[in-house]
Amino acid sequence: MRNGDGMKENKLMEGREYIGISQVTGPLVFVKGIHNVGFNELAEVVDSSGHVRLGMVLEASDGAAVIQIFEGTSGLSIPDTRVRFRGEPLMFGVGSEILGRVFNGIGQPIDGGPPPMIEEMMDVNGLPINPTAREYPRKCIQTGISAIDGMNALVRGQKLPIFSGTGLPHNKIVAQITRQAKIVGEDVQFAIVFAAMGIKHDVSRYFVSNFEASGVLEKVVFILNLADDPSVERMVTPRVALTAAEYLAFHENMHVLVILTDMTNYCESLREISTVREEIPSRKGYPGYLYSDLSSIYERAGMVKGFSGSITQMPILTMPNDDISHPVPDLSGYITEGQIVLERELDQRNIYPPIAGLPSLSRLMKDGIGEGMTRGDHAHIASQLFAAYSHVKDVRALAAVIGEEELTPLDKVYLDFGNRFEREFLSQGEYEDRSIFQTLDIGWKVISYLPKEELHRISEEELNKYYGK
Amino acid sequence: MLEIIGKVHKIIGPVVQARGIVNAKMLDLVEVGEDHLVGEIVKLEGEHAAIQVYEDTTGLAPGSSVYSSGLPLSVELGPGLLGTIYDGIQRPLEVIRDSSNSVYIQKGIHVPPLGREKKWDFKPGIEKGAKVEGGEIIGRLQETAFIEHRVLVPPDVKGTVAWVAKEGSYTIDETVMRVAAASGAETEVKLFQRWPVRKARPSRGRLPLRLPLITGQRVIDTLFPQAKGGTVVVPGGFGTGKTMIQHALAKWCDADIIVYIGCGERGNEMTDVLMSFPELIDPRTKRPLMERTIMIANTSNMPVAAREASIYTGITLAEYYRDQGYHVAIMADSTSRWAEALRELSGRMEEMPADEGFPAYLPTRLAEFYERAGMFETLCGSEGSISIAGAVSPPGGDFSEPVTQHTKRFVRCLWALDRQLANARHYPAISWLDSYSEYVDEIADWWQERSGGEWMDLRHRIMDLLQQEGKLQQVVKLVGPDVLPDTQRIILETCEMFKNAFLQQNSYDKVDMYCTPEKQIKMLRVILDFYKLGLENIKKGANIHQLRKLEVHSDIMRMKFSVSNDEIGKIDTIREKLHKSMQQVAEMYE
Repeated sequence: MRNGDGMKENKLMEGREYIGISQVTGPLVFVKGIHNVGFNELAEVVDSSGHVRLGMVLEASDGAAVIQIFEGTSGLSIPDTRVRFRGEPLMFGVGSEILGRVFNGIGQPIDGGPPPMIEEMMDVNGLPINPTAREYPRKCIQTGISAIDGMNALVRGQKLPIFSGTGLPHNKIVAQITRQAKIVGEDVQFAIVFAAMGIKHDVSRYFVSNFEASGVLEKVVFILNLADDPSVERMVTPRVALTAAEYLAFHENMHVLVILTDMTNYCESLREISTVREEIPSRKGYPGYLYSDLSSIYERAGMVKGFSGSITQMPILTMPNDDISHPVPDLSGYITEGQIVLERELDQRNIYPPIAGLPSLSRLMKDGIGEGMTRGDHAHIASQLFAAYSHVKDVRALAAVIGEEELTPLDKVYLDFGNRFEREFLSQGEYEDRSIFQTLDIGWKVISYLPKEELHRISEEELNKYYGK
Repeated sequence: MLEIIGKVHKIIGPVVQARGIVNAKMLDLVEVGEDHLVGEIVKLEGEHAAIQVYEDTTGLAPGSSVYSSGLPLSVELGPGLLGTIYDGIQRPLEVIRDSSNSVYIQKGIHVPPLGREKKWDFKPGIEKGAKVEGGEIIGRLQETAFIEHRVLVPPDVKGTVAWVAKEGSYTIDETVMRVAAASGAETEVKLFQRWPVRKARPSRGRLPLRLPLITGQRVIDTLFPQAKGGTVVVPGGFGTGKTMIQHALAKWCDADIIVYIGCGERGNEMTDVLMSFPELIDPRTKRPLMERTIMIANTSNMPVAAREASIYTGITLAEYYRDQGYHVAIMADSTSRWAEALRELSGRMEEMPADEGFPAYLPTRLAEFYERAGMFETLCGSEGSISIAGAVSPPGGDFSEPVTQHTKRFVRCLWALDRQLANARHYPAISWLDSYSEYVDEIADWWQERSGGEWMDLRHRIMDLLQQEGKLQQVVKLVGPDVLPDTQRIILETCEMFKNAFLQQNSYDKVDMYCTPEKQIKMLRVILDFYKLGLENIKKGANIHQLRKLEVHSDIMRMKFSVSNDEIGKIDTIREKLHKSMQQVAEMYE
């Protein structure tokens, strides 16, 4: 895809091999005395035993290059190492046979099966989508989870991350979404691209068995870079995954759900490389280009004109120390179209899913709901639930100071509403699949605990139709 | 035109070092490698040069040639700009899509910004033999149904008209006038001209600001007004609604021309504007909003150097329409992404960093940008203005970071977005305690005229109540509202009403999305009457619950939805009902 003239010229150099490197630092290898090596080009580094490792050119200058080795550099020696430049960036061979297969972090099959039939080699870095070629996402995905469908609806083609913390049930929630996700009134199944970055074997196995149980295994592409795999490989893992997704969505016209977990580990790897390269750090040691780098991943979601497929992204990231202002969640939030935030306090009170009412947000919800898509009252009831729950938080803070007894009668009603909202609306079973209408009805049921005069965001007609019913 | 001026030496992401450079100037436009990637010279040192490249440099190899035409990065200015969407260096994205037949933006694409085929009906307004100077209007053409494009003499041309084209259809490449300078040399003037983006276009001078930029958003127009020619910064963490405010401004503000710069933001947001603007109707001209809008889209995953250039491209286009005598409003979303692009490029050039890795020249660059706003007397003798609304995305929502702090030094109006308000879905989430506008006094006359001289007083009274409420809320947080006397609870009640019925505005509601100044004044008056009469009644012995239970209370709460902009007389009816109800309460205690 990305073969300019410069690349073609480089093709001539393909296979040219250099013996001896000049320096090894961490995952980086420095080579001198070379010619015509392109930026971001793929390199093969062969050690004395003949083992081939892949790497990428990070910096190219006259006669010298810096290569980042995906597998790590242990065992490389200065005189005996040979380097071959491939004259092209890292490519991933795609085809419809990648479904149901397992690949490592740089896209090589690791499930023991034969190599899949390749229909096209695609540059894993992708290209920016022309904004004029995008189709604005409007179709609401029903996840069966009230807190999401009712108040933070996911739309097909959206990128909606889960901001979680260690020990919170983000994996359960994502597994539940993949089991239950559907478009109301359409009978299409989602293909799933699952990219693991530095997660534990158990977590990966949890997802595999889940996909197995729901019988979708042959619809899943696994790109796995687990916790004990080389961390540098993580730099390309999400890109390989998204290349697979782009192929499925825009060549095979499938609806693809991409799960990227855990983005925090990806950012750690980025920081590691940046430090080794002695770049000037910005916040918390992360490189200044973290935002641009993350956006080159997150922006590879959406729908485009002329293709019926779509890419919906659900990245998972664990907020270090539950801090939402940490650079990783902070910059992610600026790029993604909303966020589902998990709250430890809810989890400790045994409310599943512990989706925080207020900081969660879906930016594309407004265009995916309403008459003809979900129901006419959806926007108003959601807004009213937010407003009322926000007041509950104020009342709780006040009650903590002056005691519940001293609250005004109205505030006591709010307190009661808050508890019912959490127990009846937010809380549901891991295998409970609520339809959007069930969700809205529960919403009306809990909001009806509040007196009518308090409901400023709902129209008169809607109150007459649904209040207290 | 293009000459080889050197060879690529080293590639570090978007920055390319070249050597063997001869005959190059700072900020010259260059093309790099066989793909002819567009770039700009940002540093010269002996025979070495640093080039920031506006396209992805993957695959570029040392030893490739660097070409230059010796001209700075410029934009094309002429008819056809309106309704078009460009990237950061003025490449038309729709043309790129159609000509490359791809949904992706490929590298090394060269497309002229303005269509060369389209013919425009040009009406000359000047005769042979007339003396002309830069910036003068030599003719007109209809660019869109409501925007007349005034064809200008390029700023650096001066002399006598030697020939002028007859009325008729011309493409932008055809000569419509020849000007003979005193030396006898003739210059051809076409329907378009070029101008370097980093240089402000000249004007006769600045004029004082005196007109408000009406946005139809109550919290802005009434509490923190923006002036035509003014600058405002909108800082807010993610999810607080920066983009929503920028969209609302682009839709409803009463400027003649809108330049919307999507700088390092989401692709889908630009698509949203692209899809909705052709359908939305301008309340003043009854034409699609797209006909007055130019969009610059450099989304976050597009090359970072072009993001740096995008705000200069945007403001230069704005200046061109200002020179024609229009009021132009610019939305830059988000200037933080622009500053981050500066930081990234600066880091790659190994410059010494200042605050949080930003280069030490960040404030200088910000000042240069914001100072291109203002009310001007144009070279053609009319009045034109540029207003800027710049969004800032502070990391972690912390306003003490460098971009917010430096920007505040160069703008005179601040709309601070508040996380608490956004969480409660109170939109626009503009905090009434942290925001300010220095333009209130300058534009007060305009409002006084429309409100029978009352506006300043009304505004002052409500601001005062909000301040009092802020203090009372701190007490309430500690002991609850019950202990306050009713004379203070009426302040809480009025402010609650003001927040819900006035400050909050639903941009998806057909009636509420736009609120005329006249409606704003009437609404404000009713709410303040509620306070005044309510307080009198409480002093007579009534209690707060009685007032809250009045039927007119919920009429006031719903008037933003129930009264449309063309029947605002209904608010007077509500006001009469309020007076009557309050009178009835008063009678109970007399």
